[in-house]
Amino acid sequence: MTVPVVWYLLLAAVLFTIGTFGALTRRNGIAIFLSIELMLNAANLAIVAFSRIALESGDLKSMLNGQILVLFVLAVAAAEAAVGLALFIAVYRDKRTIDINRLNLMRW
Amino acid sequence: MRALDLLWLVPLLPLAGSALNALLGPRVARPLTTAVALGAPGLSLAISLMAVWTYATTVFPLPFEQVLYAWTTGELSIDVAFLLDPLSSVMVVVVTLVGFLIHVYSVGYMGDDSGYQRYFSYLNLFMGAMLLLVLGNNFLVMFVGWEGVGLCSYLLIGYYYEEEFPPYAGRKAFIVNRIGDFAFLVGLFALVARFGTLDYGEVFAAVASDPHGVEEPYLLGLSFAGFVTLCLFIGAIGKSAQLPLYVWLPDAMAGPTPVSALIHAATMVTAGVYMVVRTNVLYQLAPGTSALVATVGAVTALFAATIAFAQTDIKKVLAYSTVSQLGYMFLGAGVGAYSAAIFHLGTHAFFKALLFLGSGSVIHAMSGEQDMRRMGGLKKALPVTFATFAIATVAISGIPPLAGFFSKDQILAGAWGEHKVLWAIGLVTAGLTACYMFRALLMTFYGRFRGTDEVRSHLHESPTVMTLPLVVLAVGSALAGLIGIPKLGTLDINWFGHFLAPVVAPVGHAGEHGHHASLGLELLLMGVSVAAAVGGIWMAWRTYGGERGLAGGEAWAIRFPTAHRILTNKYYVDEIYDATVIKGTWSAARGLFRFDAGFIDGFLVNGSRHVTVAVSLLSGFFDKYVIDGVVNLSGWVMRACSRLFRSLQTGLVSQYALVVAVGMLVLTGFYLVVRLG
Repeated sequence: MTVPVVWYLLLAAVLFTIGTFGALTRRNGIAIFLSIELMLNAANLAIVAFSRIALESGDLKSMLNGQILVLFVLAVAAAEAAVGLALFIAVYRDKRTIDINRLNLMRW
Repeated sequence: MRALDLLWLVPLLPLAGSALNALLGPRVARPLTTAVALGAPGLSLAISLMAVWTYATTVFPLPFEQVLYAWTTGELSIDVAFLLDPLSSVMVVVVTLVGFLIHVYSVGYMGDDSGYQRYFSYLNLFMGAMLLLVLGNNFLVMFVGWEGVGLCSYLLIGYYYEEEFPPYAGRKAFIVNRIGDFAFLVGLFALVARFGTLDYGEVFAAVASDPHGVEEPYLLGLSFAGFVTLCLFIGAIGKSAQLPLYVWLPDAMAGPTPVSALIHAATMVTAGVYMVVRTNVLYQLAPGTSALVATVGAVTALFAATIAFAQTDIKKVLAYSTVSQLGYMFLGAGVGAYSAAIFHLGTHAFFKALLFLGSGSVIHAMSGEQDMRRMGGLKKALPVTFATFAIATVAISGIPPLAGFFSKDQILAGAWGEHKVLWAIGLVTAGLTACYMFRALLMTFYGRFRGTDEVRSHLHESPTVMTLPLVVLAVGSALAGLIGIPKLGTLDINWFGHFLAPVVAPVGHAGEHGHHASLGLELLLMGVSVAAAVGGIWMAWRTYGGERGLAGGEAWAIRFPTAHRILTNKYYVDEIYDATVIKGTWSAARGLFRFDAGFIDGFLVNGSRHVTVAVSLLSGFFDKYVIDGVVNLSGWVMRACSRLFRSLQTGLVSQYALVVAVGMLVLTGFYLVVRLG
C-alpha cells in the first residue's frame, strides 16, 4: 500500500510542533539545540514530501529544487551543529553551566 | 689750553667722589673717606683755577665750549656740553673755592658724627650738581644741576633725620622749590617751542638778531621775552628764597651749619641770581619783568632785614640776612647792574660763608647752643672765630675797603639810575644790615657770658681744620672787593666789571638808557651808603655795646611792643601760609578723600559690585533652572523611554524564542486570513 503524501506532511507538522515546543520550554542549551534540529528535519521532511507531489504532477524542475534544497538544509544543519556545540563548550568553560536562563548578561 | 680741556672733570670729580663715598659707606676707615671727600673738590678747585686762568689769559673775551656728546631726541638736539665764559668763570671759582673750604671745615665740624660718609657723599654730590648748573652751556644742563642742588639741599636739611624738625624742614624746602621749578620748566618749554634749541649761544643769538620779535605780544598780555623771563624769575624766586617763596630758607637752618654756609648762603641760593644774569639778554628786552625783579628784590631785602632784628637764634639771623642779601642781588639784576649783582654774589659768598662757619664754630664751642641770649663775651675764648666773624660783619655792613662795600655800592648806584625809591629801600636795608649784624656780633662776642657754668667750662677755640678755612675766607672777605672798584671819573680799575662785560653787553635798543653817574654823584652816593652803615652800627652799639647785655634790646621791645611782636613772629607769614595754603591743601585733600570714599568707592565701586552681584544672581538662576532644566529634561525623556523599552529585554532566551514563534504564527495566520479569507 502506498502511504499518501499528506501523511508525511502531517508527520512533518507534528515533528515541527514537538521541536518548537522543545525549543521554547527546555532550559538546557543542548536540548534546545536538539529541538531546533528536530524542527529543521521536520522542514526537510515537508520539503521532500512537496518534492514528491511535484514529481507526481510531472514538474521535474520543482522536484529537483526540493531535493537540492534538502541537501542545503542538511549542510547548514551540520555547520550549525558544529558552531553551536563549540559555542556551548565555550560558554560552559566560562560559566560552568549551559542553563540558558542563567546566561542572562544581555539584559537591562 | 690743556687745563681748559680738563673742564669736564670739574663737575665730574665731586660726582665721582660722592658715588665712591656712597658705595664705600661706613665700612672703610674715616681717613679714607676724608681723603675722597676732600680730594675730589680739591682737585676740582685746582683744575677750575687753572682752567679759568687759561681762559682769562687766552680765549677771553670769546666763550669756550666743550661738547661731551650730543643728546638728541627727535628734532630737538641738546648737547651735554660745558661753557666757560666770564660769568661761569666767576661762578666756578666761587663755588669750588668756597665749597672746598667748607669741605675742609666740615672735616672738623662733623668729625664726631656717625653719618660722616653720608654727609660727605651728599656734600660732594651738591658740589657736582652746582658745578653742572654753572658750567652747562644750555638750559637743560643747568636744569639738571638746578634739580640736583635742590635734591642735595633736601637731603642735607633733613640730615639729622632722627629728629622731628629737620625732615619737615627738608620737605618744606623741596616742596616750595618745586613751585618755582615748575615755572622754570614752563619757561624752558616756551624757549624750545620758539627757538627749537636750549643752547645759550643759539638762543641769545636768535634773540639778539631779532630783538623786536620777542617783544611782540605772546601770552597773557606779555611779550615772549616777558613771559619767559617771568617764568624763569619765578623759578629763581623759589631757589633764591625771595618773597613770597622765601619761607623755606630760615627753616633750612635745621641742617648742619657747614651746609647752611655752603648751600643756603654761598652757592645754591645764588643760582637764581646766576640764572637771571645768564639770561640777561632776555631780561633786557623785558622791562616789565626786570622792574618786577628789582621790586621783589628790594622789598625782600628790606622785609628780611627787619625780621632779622627780632631773631635770637644766631643761624636764623644769618638766614634772614641771606634772604635780604639775595634780594640785594636781584635788585641789582633787576635794574640792569648785572655785573654788580654777580659781584655781590661773589663777595657775599665769602663773607656769608664765613659768618655761617663762624657761627658754627661758636655753636661748636657752646655745646650746640644757638640762642644768642645765652652767649656773650666769647671773644676771649674764641679769638680766631671772633676776629674772622668781625671781619665778615664789617664786610657785610658795607664799610670800605672790605668786600661788601664795593659790591653793594655798585648795586645802589645802579638802583639810583633806575628809580630813586629802589635806591632808598636799598639804602635803608644797608643801614639795617649793618645794625642787625653788629647786634649779632655784640650779643655773641661782647658783654658778659650769659650761659650756664657748665657750658662756660667747655668753651674752647675750634681745631685748626676749622679755623683755617675761617682765616682764608676772612682774607677773601676783606680783599675780594678790590677786584671790582667802581669807576670813578677817569680812574677805571673795575677789573671785574670789564671781565664780565662781554656777557652782560646791552642788547638792541635796551642799551640806550645805560648812563654813568658823574664823579661827584658817585662819591656822594658812596658817602651816603657808608653813612647809613655807620648809623646802623652806632644804633647797634648804643643798644647792645659795652656791658648792656640784653637790656638795650628789651628796652626797644617794651617801647614798640606791637612792632616787636610782629617781627618776632616774622610777620606771621608762616602762619598765613599755614592758614591758607597748607590748610587749604589739607581741606582740599580731605574733600577729595571724601569724594573718593563716598562717590568713587561708595557709589561707583560698590555700586558696580551690587549691580554685578545682582546680574550674577539672575544669570545663575537662568543657568540653573532654564539651561540646566533643558539639559535635564532631555535626559529625563530618554530615561522614561528607556524604562519603557528595557523591560522587554529580560535576558530569557526562551521568551525571545516564544515571541519569535508567536510572531511567526500571527504573521502566518494574518497571511492565511488575508490570502485565503
